[in-house]
Amino acid sequence: MAKAAVRAGLVAVGLAWVLVAQVVLAADAKTYVLEGSKAAALESCVEPTDVMRRKHMELIKHQRDETVHGGIRSSKHSLAGCVECHIRSDADHVPQPIHRKDEFCGACHAFTAVNLNCFDCHASVPKGPGAEQASHAAFQAVGADRSVQARPDGEDH
Amino acid sequence: MKDHHEPTDPTDAGPADSGRRAFMGVAAGITAAVVAPGVVLHSVTAAPRSEAVTSDVRWGLLIDTAKCVDGCSACVDACDRENGLNLQNKPASASQEHWDDQKAVWIRKVQLQDNQTGRVTNLPLMCQHCEHPPCVDVCPTGASFKRADGIVMVDRHTCIGCRYCMMACPYKARSFIHKAVEDQLTRVPRGKGCVESCNLCVHRRDFGEDSTACVDACREAGHEAIVFGDLKDPESSIRKHLAEMASRQIREDLSLNTGVRYSGI
Repeated sequence: MAKAAVRAGLVAVGLAWVLVAQVVLAADAKTYVLEGSKAAALESCVEPTDVMRRKHMELIKHQRDETVHGGIRSSKHSLAGCVECHIRSDADHVPQPIHRKDEFCGACHAFTAVNLNCFDCHASVPKGPGAEQASHAAFQAVGADRSVQARPDGEDH
Repeated sequence: MKDHHEPTDPTDAGPADSGRRAFMGVAAGITAAVVAPGVVLHSVTAAPRSEAVTSDVRWGLLIDTAKCVDGCSACVDACDRENGLNLQNKPASASQEHWDDQKAVWIRKVQLQDNQTGRVTNLPLMCQHCEHPPCVDVCPTGASFKRADGIVMVDRHTCIGCRYCMMACPYKARSFIHKAVEDQLTRVPRGKGCVESCNLCVHRRDFGEDSTACVDACREAGHEAIVFGDLKDPESSIRKHLAEMASRQIREDLSLNTGVRYSGI
């Protein structure tokens, strides 16, 4: 009986510790927003940061159905918008694929060991004339100023 | 002719002129109020859709085979560029013949010959955007679907690549992506293991543009063999053409009520 109580106590302490650790870690968690991307110049993403961290996959999933079946292309939850805003260009102004392990999407997904397969099919860098249109629509929906210019790393500091 | 006996002294015409100006101002204001909504409406159509598509329209094509020139591939090439099909790479292991067979194409130039008379007809053949699409009937996951505005598409998020739709399509209009793809265009996502076909340049539809890549290319090549438009709008150019000229569906016997019509076959 006593043994069971001790065991339960240990489990409880362990659980509490995990929770505390998560909160502490989250508090000073590394930010994955890349210097030089447009996102770095904006105050927040299309939703508050904590919402984006937890729910971006749900937002994108709802949006994809509305886009494919309803043709709605003006939502602020657009994958083309994500890519356009979070993409980082290297010193030669070449956009780097966003799902690479050291880029915005890839870095966090590698850290959390979550498989990222959007970019098996979707463009991982803005590409083609449609890219311009799609990302412009996303910026309009958010009401953000699209003129925010992304600078390659190291150019402004 | 204008009367030239008007008073030459501007002060003479003062009150009457200012009255006329005031009237012109009001008239201009009223004109602006009446016309401006139309102008705004027009610019809004170029913006992306914010409301889901409805069945108020049904998009379709009319192809005049008499104008479709032997050996011309303007529409096919334009479609390839518009939809990123030109970005496909032949696997090193595949023979050219095999690759020509396997690579994704959205428009095929088909040649028909009447064996009795020897008359040859050229026609571009793409997804026919049936009202009752057999591909949608057979799809086990619901990935193959018809949008409310009549465009038959594949939702590649749900496509499992079983290829039933390819078997069911009477027009051989669907393609399968066999290999992993890179360098996709933002507007046309594409991945290994999905079926795809002509979607009437759906990204253009959703951004309010009024033509498809093949129609533009055919016009630029000077043939104007393809007309795109709303089959439900009696005032649209496609309906006017359809009213004027005899047209047919391919495989009319299947009663699919296709959105793509051909004249001259």
